[in-house]
Amino acid sequence: MLWEVDIFAAPDQLDRAASDTVSDAADMGLSSDLTAVAARGYLIEGDLDAPQVEKLAALFLADPVVEQTVIGRVGDPRLDLPPGRTEAPEPIYVLPKPGVTDSVADNARKTFPLFGVAAQGCRTFKKYWIDGVTEAQRDLIAHKLLANDAIEQLVRGKLPFTKLQVGAPGEFNLRTIAIRAMSETELEKLSKEGQLFLSITEMKTIQTYFSELGRDPTDIELETIAQTWSEHCSHKTLAGRITYSGPEGEKTFDNMLKETIFAATVEIRKNLGPGDFCVSVFSDNAGVVTFNDEYNVCFKVETHNHPSALEPYGGANTGLGGVIRDPMGTGMGAKPVCNTDVFCFAPPETDVAALPPGVQHPRRIIKGVVAGVRDYGNRMGIPTVNGAVYFDRRYLGNPLVYCGNIGLLPVDMSFKHPQAGDLIVAIGGRTGRDGIHGATFSSAELTSESETLSGGAVQIGNAITEKMVLDVMLEARDRGLYNAVTDCGAGGFSSAVGEMGEEIGAEVELDAAPLKYDGLSYTEIWISEAQERMVFSVPKEKWDEFKALAESENVEAVVLGEFKPTGRLVLNYKGVKVADLPMSFLHDGRPPVIRRAVYRPAQAEPLSVRPQGDVSPAQTALSAGIGTDDWNADLDAILSSLNVASKHWVVRQYDHEVQGGSVIKPLVGVCNDGPGDAAVLRPLVSSRRALVVSCGMNPNYGDFDTADMAASAIDEAVRNAVAVGADPATIVLLDNFCWGNTDRPETLGSLVRSALACYDVAVGFGTPFVSGKDSLNNEFRPVGAEEPISIPPSLLISAMGQMPDAASAVSMDLKEAGNSLYLVGETKNELGGSHFALVRSLKGGKSPSVDIPRARRTFYAVYQAIREGLVRAAHDLSEGGLAAAAAEMAFAGNLGAELWAEHVSVDFVPGDREKLAAVPGVTAENAADPVRLFSESNSRFLIEVPAENASAFEAILAEAEVPHAQVGKVTASDRLVIVGADGKKLIDRPLRQLKAVWQKAFDLGGDYQ
Amino acid sequence: MTTTKPNVLVLRAPGTNCDVETAYAFELAGANAERIHINRLLEDPALPERFQILCFPGGFSFGDDVASGRILAATIHHHLTDAIRSFRDAGKLILGICNGFQILIKSGILIDEDENGLRATLTWNKSGVYTDRWARLAADGEKCVFLRGVNELYLPVAHAEGRFVARSETVLDELEKAGRLALRYLPEDNPNGAVRDVAGVCDETGRVFGLMPHPERHIDATQHPRWTRLAPSERPAAPETAGDGFVLFKNAVEYFR
Repeated sequence: MLWEVDIFAAPDQLDRAASDTVSDAADMGLSSDLTAVAARGYLIEGDLDAPQVEKLAALFLADPVVEQTVIGRVGDPRLDLPPGRTEAPEPIYVLPKPGVTDSVADNARKTFPLFGVAAQGCRTFKKYWIDGVTEAQRDLIAHKLLANDAIEQLVRGKLPFTKLQVGAPGEFNLRTIAIRAMSETELEKLSKEGQLFLSITEMKTIQTYFSELGRDPTDIELETIAQTWSEHCSHKTLAGRITYSGPEGEKTFDNMLKETIFAATVEIRKNLGPGDFCVSVFSDNAGVVTFNDEYNVCFKVETHNHPSALEPYGGANTGLGGVIRDPMGTGMGAKPVCNTDVFCFAPPETDVAALPPGVQHPRRIIKGVVAGVRDYGNRMGIPTVNGAVYFDRRYLGNPLVYCGNIGLLPVDMSFKHPQAGDLIVAIGGRTGRDGIHGATFSSAELTSESETLSGGAVQIGNAITEKMVLDVMLEARDRGLYNAVTDCGAGGFSSAVGEMGEEIGAEVELDAAPLKYDGLSYTEIWISEAQERMVFSVPKEKWDEFKALAESENVEAVVLGEFKPTGRLVLNYKGVKVADLPMSFLHDGRPPVIRRAVYRPAQAEPLSVRPQGDVSPAQTALSAGIGTDDWNADLDAILSSLNVASKHWVVRQYDHEVQGGSVIKPLVGVCNDGPGDAAVLRPLVSSRRALVVSCGMNPNYGDFDTADMAASAIDEAVRNAVAVGADPATIVLLDNFCWGNTDRPETLGSLVRSALACYDVAVGFGTPFVSGKDSLNNEFRPVGAEEPISIPPSLLISAMGQMPDAASAVSMDLKEAGNSLYLVGETKNELGGSHFALVRSLKGGKSPSVDIPRARRTFYAVYQAIREGLVRAAHDLSEGGLAAAAAEMAFAGNLGAELWAEHVSVDFVPGDREKLAAVPGVTAENAADPVRLFSESNSRFLIEVPAENASAFEAILAEAEVPHAQVGKVTASDRLVIVGADGKKLIDRPLRQLKAVWQKAFDLGGDYQ
Repeated sequence: MTTTKPNVLVLRAPGTNCDVETAYAFELAGANAERIHINRLLEDPALPERFQILCFPGGFSFGDDVASGRILAATIHHHLTDAIRSFRDAGKLILGICNGFQILIKSGILIDEDENGLRATLTWNKSGVYTDRWARLAADGEKCVFLRGVNELYLPVAHAEGRFVARSETVLDELEKAGRLALRYLPEDNPNGAVRDVAGVCDETGRVFGLMPHPERHIDATQHPRWTRLAPSERPAAPETAGDGFVLFKNAVEYFR
């Protein structure tokens, strides 16, 4: 029999889920009049009587101090009403779909025996009574706000079932696909409908291969090939042949990534000679560099964009969970020490009525993504220390979710060596139908049907399972119980076993995998992307100890098969051989992808007002009341623009201090609320050696020139790290390219252009790339639309640096009245793509470029000044330029600042002053003012230096031939004042006001302080 | 009293995640700390006997599924109540930090149950979300061994379910009168809406203490959110113990000297 326990807030407690529903509905414009009651609950299946269920509810499921319950058998009319009510609309149930991870239910059921109760099944749900709305509104609220069809089941009224059974034993039938007889059209159909997402050339290669063998492939063989050859696993486009035509001229690449990004690293390592600190780059699951005598450190950043578009919480949750397994699966297994996260969303105020079908509202995506990362990182006990959030309308159907993880790896355990004869051992989560076709799906364009078609690709993570796996892995590693480890990521066992056994050969017994429920086919077992699984290569004589260790911590470990020196991948199921493929065909058989790429930078045009129809409502709102020479209004608008605004709403939800190594936190200053440039942490509690983590990204510049965008992103990541005190000689980079459909030569061209710039800047800076990843086809095609909406080219650069002593770090908040403020670096007329242009709805202008040798000298000089203790505060200049940086430093330090604009020199190209006069409020005479205040020229810092250090500070910069000038001072006032020609105040604002507009723009609820 | 180092059992379970830094804080304070899995205790309830201090560190035991700390609390209540009571009655110390506090409360170890069950709980923050921030705290070291000689502390909190609530004002009055509401947030720094700004509670012996803030995250000067505001001459030179939270570990170790 099936019991239901509804749990409500006690009468004196706030019904949080209900009040959130009310405010979310209002925020999304669904309804402002509704009232709601919410409950959470459990369905419990078993031969139980009422007192048993009541006991469970009172002692375990509910908290009687703050909650009350209603209990009944499913169908009992008492369950139709909230407590104390005699009438109510019919309830809305939201339940995880059968098979979707429901950890609360699983753990609850396992604990029931402590209360003398044995249950066969348990399932959680949420339940709502929504009043004060029309039936149509209620329906919209249910679908848009309460439930997500991708993973949740929505029930109105009474539950339509009285059993919780999941799955049924399936019959085993070996399927072969008659590929040899197929026409080209049939091959294409097979690729698409079978969700293989292979090109016709690839399909034909497979056809030819099996024709020569004289047999047809089994379905699992075809799936294995599709997984291994997927864009996600093989990066075939960017590592493929490309003929490129752009401003640099014609170029032909045999392997584009290898000849740009990797080539930069090769060159830098050669230049470093014996000082080379790279250990393992672009080969393992994460890039490894040296840290100290005992440990190396590794870093990986991944994206999880398509899953997050369909199910923001689960997508982001498993995005972080997945990238944590990369360092865990690097070398012999690293211990994760911090996370990073960068998101790109459409603005939260997007009109709900304007949403294309199949697209979730940005507000819901934002909340879901932030919560997903939060719950995984916090529960794993890994601090999330650095990140960024960017907004652009083009991310509407295709948000970007970048998650990163850094791990520590003992020096002598930085490489893995699987051995023939070792057992293939899987530990961790069980295998279910979740995440089928994740690898191939992530390489496809999203459509409005993706929601239903690819629902299986969506997963919910279980961070605790992964934490348990980590605990066991580290102990097993230190006891020397295995020879190799890798994670189960995209492609599941297929990729993990395929990669680890590439040089050896492997034989797998698929029925050995523990399953979440019955009914999975052998193919599903093989390609399932169920989370929290790691695969090990365990010597036979170590297996007993390995198994005992895992069992002692309640972690399931099984032998899946054996690495056999055959060079073949053999899969068996129930005693039948279902696949037999040579590793060589899997890993080297894919025909090369050949693409054409073209790049033409946007036509140069002067900065001017954008036509009306070209401006989004959000931009119009930002632009309201600005457009004169009152630069105060521009500064307010920039500080309250979503990209610049405080991210405390995200940061405060993340544990950024667990593991006890936090040195520079994401929010700094007198009130712990200023925007830090980079995170500093000590990964070893007993040592002061520190890691510095930062990032750089600016999709706006990509609309002008993707080379500028790439150079600016690298410059920003490096200068953020240097601003807190990282030694530039220790900084390494990661690239994450998220682009639209690179089948279009123009789209691929814009990527190649940025990769070429990455090479130039990385080599020039001496900052090697150590790892990277690309995510292509980030496009969304609304129903009936001819053209898909493509995201803007989005290159994220993550940087990791080091400092010998954490105690030499500096933060960006102003420290002491009377100190001097220096602007370091050159200010140019680079307002194209700037936030000044954004808030004024301007188009045109020149995007910021990077003077590579000078930038490098600047970074080393600033580092030297910080290391010598000459600097009290340093902040990088980025979005919003000098004015925004000065404002942030001032309100973070709760100290005033006075700046003298005329001390900021600007070299105009002849004619540029006059061109700027097309901007309202700007004349040829005052044209330098907006440039000085808001230009986003790269490689610049605003630095606070005490008077007694001024000459030493200036000497370092002069020696390095870096432009610098004292442009102001710290004052004891409560205002930011920027004085222009003739003593005119260009900016004069109370700090309180600047901080208020900066803090309120991006806050989606909750009391975070 | 002994001059040898006290032994600390830092108990870990699936989802515990502050055990390493907590053990380190105890070691820095002069103890021997061992991180031990709950399964070893379940196999051998006499295992704690060779230890002087039992610590429940922070984390998300069993994912905080059902409610924070609830599953581990139920397990301890069912299997280990006697072992833990006798540990306490032997004059030893028990400390619960964050999730550990939630476990101590929900297992009835810290505040005795009555016929109606638990008399107090730790539940969802008033804000409804997980929050990481620092809070100023006022301490009452009269009864609580861990807070001896302490008046104020500045420590980080990082939790979703840290709001202390008692079943009634009577329960609160009784605890307050007995000096058991030993650690309070300054009212303006109360991060979760806890009644009477309660951040930590001790038992009637003063030897069992649970708190939501994380003392192990403030044992080094560079962990303070504003240490960079110190003048260069005042900057922390070596990995020394300058954080506010260290005193709790020191007091625990000193208790056995």
